[in-house]
Amino acid sequence: MERRELLKLMLVLTGGTMIGGELLMSGCKPGSGSGPIALTDADTAFLDEVGETIFPKTTSPGAKETGIGKLMRTIVTDCYEEKDKAIFAAGLKQLNEACVKMHNTDFMKATPEQRTSLLTSIDAEAKTYMKNKKKEDPNHYFTMYKQLTIWGYFTSEAGATKALRYISVPGKYDGNLDYKKGDKAYSG
Amino acid sequence: MADNNYDAIVVGSGISGGWAAKELTEKGLKVLMLERGRDIEHIKDYVNANKEPWDYPHRGRPTQQMKLDYPVLKRDYPLNEQTLGMWANEKDNPYTEEKGKPFAWFRGYHVGGRSLLWGRQSYRWNKWDFEANGKEGIAVDWPIRYNDLAPWYSHVEKYIGVQGSKHGLDVLPDGEFMPAMDLNCVEKDVAARLQTYYKGLRHLFIGRSANITQPLPNRVGCQYRDKCWLGCSFGGYFSTQSSTLPAAKATGNLTLRPFSIVSKILYDKDKKKASGVEIIDATDNKTYTYNAKIIFVCASAFNSTWLLMNSATDIWPGGLGSSSGELGHNAMDHHFRCGASGNVEGFDDKYYFGRRPTGFYVPRFRNIYDDKRDYLRGFGYQGGANRQGWGREIAEMSIGGNLKDALSEPGPWTIGMLGFGEMLPDHSNTISLNKDLKDKWGLPTLHMNIEIKDNEKKMRKDMMQDAKEMLEAAGIKDVRDWDSGYEPGMGIHEMGTARMGREAKTSVLNGNNQVWDAPNVFVTDGACMTSASCVNPSLTYMALTARAASFAVSELKKGNL
Repeated sequence: MERRELLKLMLVLTGGTMIGGELLMSGCKPGSGSGPIALTDADTAFLDEVGETIFPKTTSPGAKETGIGKLMRTIVTDCYEEKDKAIFAAGLKQLNEACVKMHNTDFMKATPEQRTSLLTSIDAEAKTYMKNKKKEDPNHYFTMYKQLTIWGYFTSEAGATKALRYISVPGKYDGNLDYKKGDKAYSG
Repeated sequence: MADNNYDAIVVGSGISGGWAAKELTEKGLKVLMLERGRDIEHIKDYVNANKEPWDYPHRGRPTQQMKLDYPVLKRDYPLNEQTLGMWANEKDNPYTEEKGKPFAWFRGYHVGGRSLLWGRQSYRWNKWDFEANGKEGIAVDWPIRYNDLAPWYSHVEKYIGVQGSKHGLDVLPDGEFMPAMDLNCVEKDVAARLQTYYKGLRHLFIGRSANITQPLPNRVGCQYRDKCWLGCSFGGYFSTQSSTLPAAKATGNLTLRPFSIVSKILYDKDKKKASGVEIIDATDNKTYTYNAKIIFVCASAFNSTWLLMNSATDIWPGGLGSSSGELGHNAMDHHFRCGASGNVEGFDDKYYFGRRPTGFYVPRFRNIYDDKRDYLRGFGYQGGANRQGWGREIAEMSIGGNLKDALSEPGPWTIGMLGFGEMLPDHSNTISLNKDLKDKWGLPTLHMNIEIKDNEKKMRKDMMQDAKEMLEAAGIKDVRDWDSGYEPGMGIHEMGTARMGREAKTSVLNGNNQVWDAPNVFVTDGACMTSASCVNPSLTYMALTARAASFAVSELKKGNL
């Protein structure tokens, strides 16, 4: 939390080169893990559906449209440390097993409603786990999926320009702008 | 070879080197500027300046490979995908740290140096900053006073463009400002409440920064993109590239030589002054010699001292300037990373437009006037108020379209402030040559032995507590104070190790930044600092450099150098 507060301020003070610096995700220390864990195209497709369930299309595009599965694969492959990579990859299977248990069907064959009820339940489980875990305990796989979806979505072109308002060159600063509930946030 | 002779050599092209080159060339000297790294051309080479967040393969996040390549940079926020390549290669340029005393050295080895990557906060020192050492018996007295530097602050501010507001405070003297950027509505409210609560003794106003709010020649001005660190195509902030280098080039008197690692200053023991420098060309590893009447050493604080240590060792084993016993000593930084944050109520109908590239500033209030703490000196705060973004947690929501839509709206207002404290000069905080570890070019490296002491540790408690007290006094809710830990160097304000002073036996440089043992060698970057103040130092380096350049040229004309 302290680091989060600090980074938020540094974002303000340095000249904003940290994209989404507010949302810090688990694990990014280089480690000497076991072998590399390779995510497959099938995993990408699976993650697209997980992402779309977390952030479905509303008046703004859904996460799948932003290529969330591919982004998650890239980030996990290149940025995660081995320990978290393994948790991330194993989570795909765990999530599917949970779906079979709850709905008697594979996640990829489940209906949007089934997927939503499943992930709502896993989200509650992950929140409780993360709140009570010791610092050295592993992270919950679903927390990674959710954070990556939120971060990946709002930093994507569709997310930044359609869900939010993105102005590349504002040209001025107004620190006293009227706001009414429902107005979208500015991205950047 | 006639080609190797210049009136002046400037070592380094960052904030100080750029100013030396501008002033010396404008006074008619033929100047050779040596830069150890690659060239970065204004606008053309700002490869990421116009990229959008989604244009980066990892959306800005550091990869595992980057973390392996930059084990020092990854200790804090500067390692990211957008500024990759703008920081020194750590494998080619290693250094060592004393056990248990980490030192984070964030370096910019390219034309422009860290002027491309600075925080742009620009503050004058106050009169007490120059007097404190002498009065308190700390280190040595500064050989100059505020009044010596005041006209040079003006000279520099007018040229680089500093936006800010005037408040008539002794503790933070006003300068030559462009129209100030606005505080936002929450910051204004907090400023007014603090004014009332502390009866005019504590202040909050816009952070004075070298972002221009009016055009300057060839500089359009700030567009409120807040992407300064990517280089700015609008010339919105001061850098060597946007400001001093074009001026120096326009004179026709400048030769810029990138990939030139200055390995030593050549010292003529008969004339008791320097005759030139020796460089290693980083591209072909060959050695070249250049001669000049005067040399400005502006290689960044610790590298300037490294260069002195590596020079004239046949006469002084510790290097040029070591006869004082102070070369490499009294290293300083600004300690920070602690402060307080809280939630703001009552402004849900307000927002802001544009990305302002500065926050607010709270000038020092401790140990001035009648206040007396259990430590010396003081600190200032930088901070800002903002509405939370999509990274916030909404505890009561799970997943789905409602969460997405809720996060698409701005969140509650929060405010935070971060202390930046003065670090005392201490003889035991040193850098030294490590001859056992060589860099890519076979040159000795630096060993750091630097830590904060009791004075800083005591001050940090106030930095947290005062921030909390002030935010609470301003009506902020749920105020949290925090200390994220600090290791020297993280302030990226390395200072000292070749201090100015009044006597050759206790200082490396005199009051005009001349090396006592070689009067035609001037050191004008952070290395020269006798104490650190608590304000950001770059503006002071610029003023000292311009002042020293003026002195050097007049001495040269008189035949004294």
